Amino acid sequence: MQLISFISLWIIPALIGFILIYSTWKKVPAYESFVDGGKEGIKIAFSIIPFLVGMLVAITVFRASGALDYTVDLMKPLLEKIGVPAEIVPLALIRPISGTAALGMMSDILSVHGPESYIGRLASVLQGSTDTTFYVLTVYFGAVGIKKMGDALKVGLLADLVGIIAAIVIVAWMF
Amino acid sequence: MVNYIWVLMTIIGLVVAAINGRMKEVNEAIFNSANEAVTLCIGLISILVFWLGIMRIAQDSGLLEKLSNLFRPIVSRLFPEVPAGHPAMGYILSNMMANMFGLGNAATPLGIKAMEQLKELNGGKTAASRSMITFLAINTSSLTIIPTTVIAIRMNYHSASPTEIVGPTLIATMCSTIGAILIDRYFHYRRTRNGVK
Repeated sequence: MQLISFISLWIIPALIGFILIYSTWKKVPAYESFVDGGKEGIKIAFSIIPFLVGMLVAITVFRASGALDYTVDLMKPLLEKIGVPAEIVPLALIRPISGTAALGMMSDILSVHGPESYIGRLASVLQGSTDTTFYVLTVYFGAVGIKKMGDALKVGLLADLVGIIAAIVIVAWMF
Repeated sequence: MVNYIWVLMTIIGLVVAAINGRMKEVNEAIFNSANEAVTLCIGLISILVFWLGIMRIAQDSGLLEKLSNLFRPIVSRLFPEVPAGHPAMGYILSNMMANMFGLGNAATPLGIKAMEQLKELNGGKTAASRSMITFLAINTSSLTIIPTTVIAIRMNYHSASPTEIVGPTLIATMCSTIGAILIDRYFHYRRTRNGVK
């Protein structure tokens, strides 16, 4: 644990220091390069806004209306039959859609069931081993103006499913 | 497909809200989330400016190229369309590294740069190329080695061993990443078999 917190504290400053020293050694005008690259950052941030507004609104409407709860209730009996605890379903469903909502659900599960319970561990592993597919897709494709996503969403969601199944199996097996 | 999902989510939400009598909540949700999305983007500016600035230095000094040379044997198998030494490779690799170390904030600008380069490689078309789909698949399957946020939340709830989930998380991540690569390959195979490239 100490090593981990040491690494996470030092890695960014060390990386920045290394890049700056290396570039100076290579006689690159570091400050000018930095400003050039940074200007691009502003452009990108603004170009993402419409994509993110559209996605977030649709997702919150779906959640606020109660439609997400119904979807969860619909899937519960099927999942319980194969031994998946129902409490994990909302988390698994919301994880690809909203990172912050998933984080909120995870802390909720930990506070209700405790971090050392099966469901608490499962929620932790699930949170760490999957990513916010919709967000990544929206931001990455939105920023560079990709309109046709091809199979990207299908592949991303199926990969999430693999992650969820893997998390369930591994947690049941290891603890 | 995204068009349908987007419309479907919104319409189902509106219909369910009408049945449930939750129009008030939905109204609030619309404007709050729109607001939240803009705030999120504005909040991204500082991170994007800083990391793209630093990464531009790394690119200009030749560091990105060095990094991509080092890992080329593995990554070129995943991205056969990207020529050796192309800047896209450097950005893809730095994005993966940032993801592995849980530097989500640093990973986003690098991922966007990688996408930009991949789009250029694809002749600037607005349709996703094969490499773009592969890159997204790997990205969304999450490559985290140390799930810092999860550990922090577990500590908050007085877990006796907050880090006990690191091992299982790593294995689950590996499964989903390998799964993502295989699924991506399958869809690519299906596309080329049907003759639509």
